This record gives sequence, structure tokens and C-alpha cells, in this order.
Amino acid sequence: MPEMSTGQAIKKALSLCLDNYEEAFLAGEDIGIYGGAFGVTDGLLEQYGENRVKDTPISEDVIAGLGVGAAITGMRPIVEMQFSDFIVNAMDPIVNQAAKLHFMYGGSVDVPLIVRGASGGGTGAAAQHSQSLESWFCHVPGLKVVTPSGPQNAYDLLLASFVDRNPIIFMEHKLIYKIKEEVETNDFPKDSSLLGKGKIVSEGSDITVVSYSNMVNTVKEAIKDKQLEKYSVELIDLMTLSPLDVDLVISSVNKTGRLLMCQEASGDSSVGSTIITRVVSSDAFKKIKTPPKLLSGLHSPMPSAKHLENKVIPQKDDIINSIIEIIENE
Amino acid sequence: MSLDNNKKLELFRTMLLIRLFEEALEEMFSRGILHGTMHLSIGQEATATGACLALTKEDLITSTHRGHGHCLAKGADTFRMFAELLGREDGYCRGRGGSMHIADLSNGNLGANGVVAGSLTIAVGAGHSLKMQKKDNVILCFFGDGAVNEGSFHEALNLASLWELPVIFLCENNQYGMSMASENAIAGGSIIKRAESYGIEGISIDGNDVENVYETVAGCKESVLSKGKPRFIECVTYRYRGHSKSDRNLYRTDEEINFWKEEKDPLIRFSGKLLEEGFKKSDLENIENEVKEEIKNSVKKALESPESSETNLEEDSYA
Repeated sequence: MPEMSTGQAIKKALSLCLDNYEEAFLAGEDIGIYGGAFGVTDGLLEQYGENRVKDTPISEDVIAGLGVGAAITGMRPIVEMQFSDFIVNAMDPIVNQAAKLHFMYGGSVDVPLIVRGASGGGTGAAAQHSQSLESWFCHVPGLKVVTPSGPQNAYDLLLASFVDRNPIIFMEHKLIYKIKEEVETNDFPKDSSLLGKGKIVSEGSDITVVSYSNMVNTVKEAIKDKQLEKYSVELIDLMTLSPLDVDLVISSVNKTGRLLMCQEASGDSSVGSTIITRVVSSDAFKKIKTPPKLLSGLHSPMPSAKHLENKVIPQKDDIINSIIEIIENE
Repeated sequence: MSLDNNKKLELFRTMLLIRLFEEALEEMFSRGILHGTMHLSIGQEATATGACLALTKEDLITSTHRGHGHCLAKGADTFRMFAELLGREDGYCRGRGGSMHIADLSNGNLGANGVVAGSLTIAVGAGHSLKMQKKDNVILCFFGDGAVNEGSFHEALNLASLWELPVIFLCENNQYGMSMASENAIAGGSIIKRAESYGIEGISIDGNDVENVYETVAGCKESVLSKGKPRFIECVTYRYRGHSKSDRNLYRTDEEINFWKEEKDPLIRFSGKLLEEGFKKSDLENIENEVKEEIKNSVKKALESPESSETNLEEDSYA
């Protein structure tokens, strides 16, 4: 299996879409000759030509609307929001149009559209280029929200998203682009059932730690730390946030009796708050030994300075301390 | 381009169908059997009719919140439209869309839209599809004067022009965005100049002259397909009714409304012209009776249609 970065794995999946579906095309800001702000589409313009890899003006509203209109008339657009923060300029086509048309038009229209965007902080890019807005989209019926954490699942999730017939918000945390691993470059899945399934990254019996996107990688580091060597930690990567694999989390908490939810996004009205609500309203409530904890980003815009950014985004030590606190404060 | 007699009668029939369809809606609303609100296009029938009849079934349209006329002129079935407004299972959207969201893909209608300017970027996307699929068709995008002050109007025109997409932008300037007079809302005063600033040839016409609308749209379609560039048409028209059912008409005078009703009404003007041209009064009366019969039967059938299903509302959100 070839080793590749997440950025390369996403490019590989995009190539497979362009190779196999003549109705597939890419559109976005600087995705052509520049290769995308994070290099994901580097070389695709040369390979597929300007009819398939469309550089657009800086116009997020029409980039998303273009995707909606093309998707309902037989094409398979994959459009890019250069930084997912800019998706706020495209909220009408995504929230009022893409998410609604299938339902509102009585099922007569599908909107098979993927909107990719680079999300998250940790790069010093400050408040308007570092947000984790995924929860917004989870609140909108009609959208699916996908958050890969590394090369293999980014590749698999993108292909599953392409096979799906719904509008997909595909949030790629900037810090996952350079993570490398060996990637099995599978063919298209026969259906999109991967979407909505979480994955147990490591099995354990003392505590369930649930996370998604790049925070999964921080949790992985944390649970390797010597301070936690006496504990058996079960780590779940949600991978898809809408639909949400609540059942997987509930069955895990049934086993461990403890729950820590870790995310970069701020906590109120978020994926994490939903996970905890759903777990404590389930049968697993009776098995819970200590109150579940939501370790989230601070409710603050992302600062630029490194030490402040580290304060806003949960760090490895915060995760270690939270796990110890939950297990030992019984 | 001169229209043959059959086409003229078709234009007359379609305008009348829209007028009587919406009058029937008003009547049902006043009897309390229609839930929700609606935006009537009474007075604007010539624009929808002339534009849609100049297109083929394979040409596409996007419509607006004031879209009953567009749907009907593009071939929608009155029974399924009434059923939709009444929340019945046989409605175009199974009662999930209602007045503002009727889509009829079998006739090339990609759907009415409740967001002002919401369909402009979608029309650009559909235009991109037509171009990539190498089809000899256009998409005609209806929107109102209110839409030209939305950001998406500008982004859509810019991209359609840059990418040379087969889009006809058709602005129905009925002179008010809800209560805001367009002259108080449009800096610079000219809608056409905005199109021209994006390199799109624009023309402003009398939107209550159905033959003129038909011929202009037909000409624009020919130009879009031969030159591969979008076109822009402003149809100046007027709505007689309020913006929606809550409107008290505080922003305009009865004199103004009556002037348009008496001097500029598209149906009165066109039927008068047809009679001058030698059509028989009885021909027009026969059409009127047929249309009345159709409306009556469709309302009856729609009222007999079962209420739309309450199950699967969550599942129906996804394909």
C-alpha cells in the first residue's frame, strides 16, 4: 500500500471521481494552477483540463449555488470553500437550497453535491481562518456532515460521499493534510453506508473517549502517554457528524461506564453536547459511574498567538488530565 | 418574427389560465380552506406566458416566490398545483412545498424559490450543466426587481458572463420589493446597466405586452445558443394584489393600481388586439369557458385528493 498524506489521499479520491464519472467536476478558488490553498488539487488542472477543474472568482455564494444547480441537472459537482470560514458567504445555497430541495420538492429532486472546506485552528491564522463550524450544519436537516481525521478515512469518506445522493459538507481540518499513513486505494463503495458510522480506533474498558476530526489525533497521542498506562481507553472516531453514530457511543459507554467527549469546536449546542445528551438519555445512563465530561474549545474566537491558540484548543495534557479526573474522582 | 394564429390563442389561453387559477386561489383563501400565504401574480401574466411559451419543454426555468404563472406557463397541471396548495398527496411536492416551492422537472421547471435571488446561482449551475452536456437548450431564470440588490445577483451574473453560460436572466420588475419602490432601492436607477456592466447584453421591455415578451425571449434564446453568451431582459410590469396576504397596500395609491388595471392590463390589451386582428369574440369566449371548466374540475379533484402523508417526514429530508 502506498504511503500518502491526507491531502494526497483526498486528491487520489478526487481523481477517481473525475476518471470514472464524466459528470464530475471540481470548482473553487485557486484550485487550478495554484493547486488549492493547501495543495490538495495540485496537478489536477493539468491532468483533467479546465472544463473539469474550474477556477472561480472569489464568490462563495455562486460557487455553492453553481454546485446546487449543476447537481440537480445531472452533474456531480465537488466544490471547495478555500477556508471553511468563508462558507458563511454561501449559507443560502447550502442551507436554504441544497439542504431543502429534496424535501421541499416532494422527493422529485436530489442534490448530489459535495462542499469541501479546510477547517480548524492551530495554524496561527486567527479568528476568520480557523473555525470549526461543523455543528451549524448538523442542525440542518437534509445535509450530511463528514469530518475525516487522517488519510485512509479521508479517502474512504470522500468516495462514500460521492456515492451518496445528498449534499455533503466535508470538513478537512488543516492539520490533517500532512499526516501520512499507508492508504488502501479502494474502488468506489457499492453504497454510502460508511457515512453515519463511527469507528473504534482503539478498544478499551475503563473509559470511552469520543472525538472527531483532528482532535482524534491529539487523543491518540494522549492515550499513549505514560500517565495513562494503567488505564484501558476506548477511542471512538465519529467520522460522520450527521447522521451521528450514537448507538456506537452508547454501546461503548455501556461497557466502560465513563465518557469523555473531546472536540476543538466550542461546547454549547455542539456535537459533543449532543453526544452527551443522547448518552445520558439512553439505557447507558444506569451504567455511568461518573459524570460525563465535554472537553471542548473555549467559547472564544481563535486568537493568533501560539500560546493563546493552545489555550483555546484542547491540548494533549488537557485530555490526559480529563481522563484521570473522570476515572479517579469516582 | 410573426406569431401564427394558434400561437396567439395559446398565449391568450395561458394568460387567462394563470389569472383564473389565482382568482380561484383567492376565493379558496377567503373561504378559509387554504393554509399559509401566497404571492399572486395577477397583472403580470404576460411576462410568465410570453417567456415560457417561447421556450421548449427541454429548456429549463427557475422560478420565484411569485411563481404560479411560471409553473402553469411551463406546462404544470392545474390539478396537481391546487393539490399542492391544499396540502394533498397528489400535489407536486406532496404538500411539503406549497405555494412557493413548486417544481415540475418533467416540464423543465427546476422549481420556485422562497428566497429572493435564491435561484440565480442555481440557474448558473444549471447553465453550466447544459453547456457541459452540450445541449441546445437554455435556462431562463425568473427573478424580481428586489433580487437585483442581493449579492448573489452580482455573483451569478459575473460567473455566467465569464463562463459564457446559456442563461437568460429575466427580471420581472413589478416596481415594488414588497413595499419598497424599486426606484428607492436601486442605486443608479437602471437594472439593465447592471447587466451590461458584467458584459451581458440587456434589454428593457413592456412586460405586459405578451407578444413582445414572447418575441424578445425567442430572440434571446437564439442569440444565447448561437453566440454562447447569456442575455438579460427586464420586463416592466405591475402586480395588482398585495405582496402577500398580509399586505394593506399602504405604500401605493388606488389611482396607481387602477391606472395599471384599466390602461395596461395584459389580458384586456391582448384580447382587444386579437379582436382588432379579426379573431371572433366567440373564439375567445370558448377559450374562457374551457379554462373555467378546467379550473373548476381541478379544484374539485384536488379537494378529493387525500391529505398528504404525515409519515417519514425525517426520512424524506434525505435522498
